Amino acid sequence: MYKYNAFDEAFLAERNAQFRAQVARRVDGSLTEDEFKPLRLMNGVYLQLHAYMLRVAIPYGTLNSAQMRQLALLAEKWDKGYGHFTTRQNIQYNWPKLNDIPDMLDALGEVGLHAIQTSGNTIRNTTADHFAGAAADELTDPRPYAELIRQWSTDHPEFQFLGRKFKIGITGSPNDRAVVKAHDVGLRMVEQDGEIGFEVIVGGGLGRTPMVGKVIRDFLPQADLLPYLEAVLSVYNVLGRRDNKYKARIKITVQENGIEKIRELVEARFEERRGEFDGTDQELLAEIKTHFTPPALRSGSTEAYQAAYETDPVFRAWADTNLAEHRDSDHAIVTISIKAHGATPGDASAEQMRVMADLAQELGYDELRISHQQNVILPHVHKNDLPAIHARLKEASLATANIGLISDIIACPGMDYCALATARSIPVAQEIATRFDELKLEHDIGHLQIKISGCINACGHHHVAHIGILGLDRAGVENYQITLGGDATETAAIGTRTGPGFAYDEIVPAVERLVETYLAIRTGEEETFLETYRRLGMEPFKTALYPEAQKKVA
Amino acid sequence: MARPFTPKVITANDLIEGDVIYFKADDSWTRDLAEAELIVDEAEAQLRLLDAEKQNISIVGAYLADAKAGEHGPEPVHFREDFRRKGPSNYSHGKQEALANV
Ligand code: HEM
Ligand code: SF4
Repeated sequence: MYKYNAFDEAFLAERNAQFRAQVARRVDGSLTEDEFKPLRLMNGVYLQLHAYMLRVAIPYGTLNSAQMRQLALLAEKWDKGYGHFTTRQNIQYNWPKLNDIPDMLDALGEVGLHAIQTSGNTIRNTTADHFAGAAADELTDPRPYAELIRQWSTDHPEFQFLGRKFKIGITGSPNDRAVVKAHDVGLRMVEQDGEIGFEVIVGGGLGRTPMVGKVIRDFLPQADLLPYLEAVLSVYNVLGRRDNKYKARIKITVQENGIEKIRELVEARFEERRGEFDGTDQELLAEIKTHFTPPALRSGSTEAYQAAYETDPVFRAWADTNLAEHRDSDHAIVTISIKAHGATPGDASAEQMRVMADLAQELGYDELRISHQQNVILPHVHKNDLPAIHARLKEASLATANIGLISDIIACPGMDYCALATARSIPVAQEIATRFDELKLEHDIGHLQIKISGCINACGHHHVAHIGILGLDRAGVENYQITLGGDATETAAIGTRTGPGFAYDEIVPAVERLVETYLAIRTGEEETFLETYRRLGMEPFKTALYPEAQKKVA
Repeated sequence: MARPFTPKVITANDLIEGDVIYFKADDSWTRDLAEAELIVDEAEAQLRLLDAEKQNISIVGAYLADAKAGEHGPEPVHFREDFRRKGPSNYSHGKQEALANV
């Protein structure tokens, strides 16, 4: 993985020292909150409902064991013993004290982590496929490009005061696991005439005006990545609206000007910019790539795995849901669920972080990934080590076999933490997971994604969920709207609202009715919820959700 | 006719701790909503907010929140303020934790 050089280290230390001084000046009164707020936001420090929150970037979702242990240390030393992994491959600490945050940032710096550009109207943490470097379907590892983007965008003077935040997502596989179509710019690796390049997608986003991104360039040679991104950003910087915060994202710029016009402008700007690049970026990329050489995978028999699979039903259930295909057939990709039934999605205790770090170090080539689904991944595991890993995960309450199932829910912090929330999302997720665990239906139901946001900002990705739940405030009480048919993959789609919302104590029964309906009308076990919805549309689900309305019509 | 004024309390977050605080009648801050000053007059509320903001050096984001008189002092009207008064619902953290430890 990428290792900081002397320049990176000095830059980070300097940046942390600046922030320490800014905190001191706020505390002694030399800075007002209005002056301090943009400074703290640039360093990932938010003020939420009950406390400050520190958001730490996990660039392209990649961690080594030392970094994971450091995250555990922060949780224990300066927080309440846990951290919250988010959909944007960040970790959030919900309880730091302002005075402690400079120390936390220094501790992160020791292992090459930081909180820069995790907030503000800048280019945010570039997110990547969490199976990068390991997936069987991958053309090439996208992370060197993500690292190149990070180095180019960090403190880039032209892009520190964009009209709005700017998010880039990248995947090296045709199967999109990084939701690239819901990013301001999505990059999807494609192959053309034996050459690898990017399909560039622009103008995707969730929030109050959800949109699936549009292809602006079918094929961009990989060497042109930075000049092309500069062209996109520069066109956005000029055309993007600054008069209205809700119309400031590039998705609106694309919508208002049309993709053709944007494409024309970007291409023209690209011609200019390309000349300014003298090849240094390609030298840097070549250097970065040396940090991402794949681990030397060991070979050997997978008999122990086969034996456990055949004899231990608990192991088998876990293997069936939590393993993904590795490019090496003796290896597997392990997804560790940090969504035990009834627990807060995405939360891991310091102890659990250490267990995962140990496993990565001892049996996983020292690599860990964080997924936008709020789970942790061991990307390279020899199959014979799987039974041992499963056993140790079990001891740490980390062996829940629910990846891709109804209890593998994405939930934003919602009203339990977030100052912008209009309703809670975490307890809704907890109750849905608990309920379907009681019903013992989850494996029958199969692949089904529920995603919950506590307000229209859609941090919980509800628009691209098979069943999306949006918490609102209706006349001073929590009310939950349901959308169906969203899709977060390469066939991305925004879900459709079913109708009126449901009160807090009606939302779990409503989801149950949806699932019962699906089970009753699917053609068979192999037809997923999304496929059934696509085949039959909204009607059967509406009937199940609103029996009263149906009676009135009848 | 003008809508009747809903009584208010002034609330903010502490600069260092980040936790929820309420403005008292004696211009000091408390962590207990029940001890806050309940302001029943609209014009007075604006003046008191200015008083509170004089302490911006040690507080963040003071605002007027709807409240009602209860048996032991002001109580929240909206569920958001109820969460701010107690803490999150997924863990017993925040103010509810402090209370549990007394
Ligand atoms: C509690 C602090 C948070 C605040 C103040 C916050 C604020 C916002 C706002 C204002 C937006 C809408 C942006 C726009 O449409 O222009 C947004 C979108 C988003 N946030 Fe958050 N958020 C928070 C936490 C989170 C968390 C915990 C996650 C990850 C789980 C997250 C991930 C996202 C994502 C994925 C989007 C939508 C994608 C897009 O940008 O269009 N945020 N957030
Ligand atoms: S969706 Fe709303 S409630 Fe949830 S984290 Fe984002 S801003 Fe907060």
